[in-house]
Amino acid sequence: MYDKQVRRRRAVLVLLVVVSLILLTAYFGESAGSPLHSVQRGVVTVLSPIQEGASRALKPVRDLFGWFGDTARAKKERDQLKAQRDRLLEQVVGYQVALQENAELHRVLALDDSNGLDAYDKRTVRVIGRPPNNLLLDRLQVDAGSSAGVRVGNPVIADGGLVGHVSFVASDSSFVTLITDPSSNVSVKVLNAAGDTGLLKPSVGDPLDLLVQLLPRHARIRQEDVVVSGGFRTTRLESLYPPNIPIGRVTEADPEELASDQQAHVAPIADLRHLDFVQILIGPSGPAGERAQVGP
Amino acid sequence: MISADGYQLPLRLAALGFLTVVIQIAAVSQITVFGVSVDLTPLVVASVGLLAGSLPGAVFGFAVGLFVDVALVQTLGVTSLLFIAIGYWAGRLRELRDPAHGLTPLVVGAAATAFATVGFSLMQFMLGVRAPVSWLLLRQVVVTILIGTLLALPIYALVRRVVRGSLPDDPRRRRRRAYTTGGLSPLQRPSAGR
Repeated sequence: MYDKQVRRRRAVLVLLVVVSLILLTAYFGESAGSPLHSVQRGVVTVLSPIQEGASRALKPVRDLFGWFGDTARAKKERDQLKAQRDRLLEQVVGYQVALQENAELHRVLALDDSNGLDAYDKRTVRVIGRPPNNLLLDRLQVDAGSSAGVRVGNPVIADGGLVGHVSFVASDSSFVTLITDPSSNVSVKVLNAAGDTGLLKPSVGDPLDLLVQLLPRHARIRQEDVVVSGGFRTTRLESLYPPNIPIGRVTEADPEELASDQQAHVAPIADLRHLDFVQILIGPSGPAGERAQVGP
Repeated sequence: MISADGYQLPLRLAALGFLTVVIQIAAVSQITVFGVSVDLTPLVVASVGLLAGSLPGAVFGFAVGLFVDVALVQTLGVTSLLFIAIGYWAGRLRELRDPAHGLTPLVVGAAATAFATVGFSLMQFMLGVRAPVSWLLLRQVVVTILIGTLLALPIYALVRRVVRGSLPDDPRRRRRRAYTTGGLSPLQRPSAGR
């Protein structure tokens, strides 16, 4: 009797492990349109209304737990923003003059603005889910999918800053891969005197620290310099992200680190850990397949 | 033929697993403490293993892991493989050692969170996620384990409350009852010659 129980237990254990390994191997080797992916897409479609309901119902609980951290952070932010406001007021007058001149020059030179942010339709969507393990997979689930015109590759923004891009679409929900996900690479431009360009990657382990890499060794980058998406367009490829979406501010630009590692540290503008709503930029045209994420 | 009572445990575990994953994804994952989100799923799987045994623990771990992978569009099989080990190991601990100390769920919860966090990271590395292993990453792993440890006892109490009444008898209690009612104890068995 005991032997029979032991044999049964071992058989079930081996069966479960084998099924898991088969699923893992089959899924890993499959393309996005394959049967297992289709099943997954179907389940996500069925589950998304439940998750949306649960997300709305549990929002007060989330808010309650978030209140303590938010209060401490808000006080710190208030002081920083006051100082920032004073600096910005001085800059605004100069920028308004520059904007006028810029618009005039655009008209004179007939520059192509078709891949600018204004060309995108902004769709505001609710965050309904997030994976528990955000160390090496940083994504979130939103309540709009292909039926709302969302496509893989659409850029996503929140709080006026870049959040990431759509990486998986079901009919009524989709997944957004954040710029803090290890797989993320964004071509960026630093708004300093030289307009240095680089590649934005997350610093794994510190969700609030992004790294602008591949900068010129002697780039003159200062703290508080704004980093925006670079955006590029060639005849065959186009960046996922349109140019000039604010991404973050430089928090640390050590000349020694720049000379040796060619990198500077950036804090994201969007509060990536407390997102309830994001905006998906639905592109002007062109299949998503023609767009490419920059990077190796 | 399984009686209506026999279905109680699977039904309760199915409801527990479904609710755990939905609440985890819709609410708990969005709350971050020191930059990491709290993960209740390995704690629930370990608690089920501790309360119900190795076989229900492994099956529950597989089902919850698969549900997590499907709902979050992750590579299928990764989380289920890890959770099978957690559920089975917690169940074997109950069957072999029958730990009675009140802090056992705390230790098991810490080990389950550590195994899930480190195991998931290793699996991601093996599946091709390119990320440097830095001190910052290790610090985040340690914070995740600490938070899991803190939550282990309340989660265990909650799971016990949900599955109580549908669990098979505790082996120690069953043995004691058998002795007191007579018949099974070798000391009380009448000899053949008498």
